[in-house]
Amino acid sequence: MDSVKHLRFDVIVVGAGPAGIAAALAAADSGKSVGLIDDNPTAGGQIWRGSQSAPRKSASSIWFNRLRKSAVQIIGGARVFHAANGELAAESDDSAIQITYGKLIIATGARELFLPFPGWTLPNVMGTGGLQALLKSGLEIAGKRVVIAGTGPLLLAVAAYARKCGAKVLGICEQTTRPRMVGFGMKMLLVRGKAPEVLRFAYDLRGIPHWTDCWPVAAFGNRRVESVRISRQGLTSEIECDYLACGFHLIPNSELPRMCGCRLQQGFVQVDEYQQTSVAGTFCAGEPTGIGGLELALAEGEIAGYAATNWEDRAKHLFAKRARYQKVVGILKDAFPLRPELKNLARPDTLVCRCEDVPHVRLCEHSSWRAAKLHARCGMGPCQGRVCAPAAEFLFGWEIDSVRPPVFPVRCSSLAAIRSHSAAPRN
Amino acid sequence: MSESISVRVNGRPVTVRAGATVAVAVLASGTTCRTSVSGQPRSPLCGMGTCFECRVAINGVPQRRSCQVLCEANMEIEANG
Repeated sequence: MDSVKHLRFDVIVVGAGPAGIAAALAAADSGKSVGLIDDNPTAGGQIWRGSQSAPRKSASSIWFNRLRKSAVQIIGGARVFHAANGELAAESDDSAIQITYGKLIIATGARELFLPFPGWTLPNVMGTGGLQALLKSGLEIAGKRVVIAGTGPLLLAVAAYARKCGAKVLGICEQTTRPRMVGFGMKMLLVRGKAPEVLRFAYDLRGIPHWTDCWPVAAFGNRRVESVRISRQGLTSEIECDYLACGFHLIPNSELPRMCGCRLQQGFVQVDEYQQTSVAGTFCAGEPTGIGGLELALAEGEIAGYAATNWEDRAKHLFAKRARYQKVVGILKDAFPLRPELKNLARPDTLVCRCEDVPHVRLCEHSSWRAAKLHARCGMGPCQGRVCAPAAEFLFGWEIDSVRPPVFPVRCSSLAAIRSHSAAPRN
Repeated sequence: MSESISVRVNGRPVTVRAGATVAVAVLASGTTCRTSVSGQPRSPLCGMGTCFECRVAINGVPQRRSCQVLCEANMEIEANG
């Protein structure tokens, strides 16, 4: 049986992205013991993935330096799989970890929404964030032909990043309309501090075709993607490529807050002005409260960290900053609504659940997510529906309600190790 | 960043830069990560630990998410098993 580590913190922060790092540092200012736990081997989350070793000074380096100098205890490579009664249960490569805490700050970030279309399971068809994460993790892409598709500002960021890494970015297929895209750019220019970023992207992306009203219809290839058929303003065309990066904006990682009993509204965690959830002593910061980007995540994280250590005055100082960037949430929502045509991309034999290989036709037989799970095994594989449930929600309008521990597949030995304690899963 | 690490993917040596994940080593080797329950080849989708498409065996331990594990010298990686 694995060993069990018992840890105790005044404040435990789950998720070491920008919101989590900001929260942990703010909480540590009080002198209280602070833990920062993340599934990834190193801190930084997605947006700052690999930034710790970035040679040149960046915005993130200030935060990483502060983190290095702080008393925050970082627990990397550990997945939180259960939360109950003021305790978290987690698993690392070699042990089960039981964490008791005074206050909990949830900063679990967001993941991409993937929508099924024929060929989307082919190797080298990946998320836009997926491609960026792999590039930051060392993937060589120089000279490779890349098509970026889906929706949202991530498409632009990833196209710019892939080009910087030497890829030939053949085009960006953005499903939203031209007026919405133009409106997005104009509104972001007016958010204080955002103009340089918008202009830098415009410069970095010069010469790359950016098509609106455009989405992937099918990907083709033998064992890996070789081409993609796109629909562009009603006309279809085919583009040969080595990689297709496709993601339909972001959805919050809400498994942990759901398990903690936090109230959600339209999929997002409800918080008060101090970032406290409906569960007293449990706070939430960053994308799970609304998709708003880096600056908002940092402000929310700091507020949560100060509020969790009863330093309301300091938290209040950040309210104006947070309000400034909260505008971005509405701007994003207005700019990138998913068009109904995307519901018709999957053919009967197109897989929706990639873990259990459940085709679209098998879901059409059912009238709820629960029925689809029970009868077709959709969402019953290792990802636990993290990919297919949000897709099914969009395709069929199903409410995705069930979150049960363990929220990650774990070793039996980890379950056994925490079994005798109150955090042991009951199901 | 010039430092590099050698691992083996399905017995064949692959060199990646220090800090690279196992997923990158698998892709660099030209193979795919896993075979799905209906026999399809799969490679990473999300790159951040949520989709479980990048599972491989690392040093004999099966079902590891290769995008969440950093390469270490002489790692034995079995992909597409």
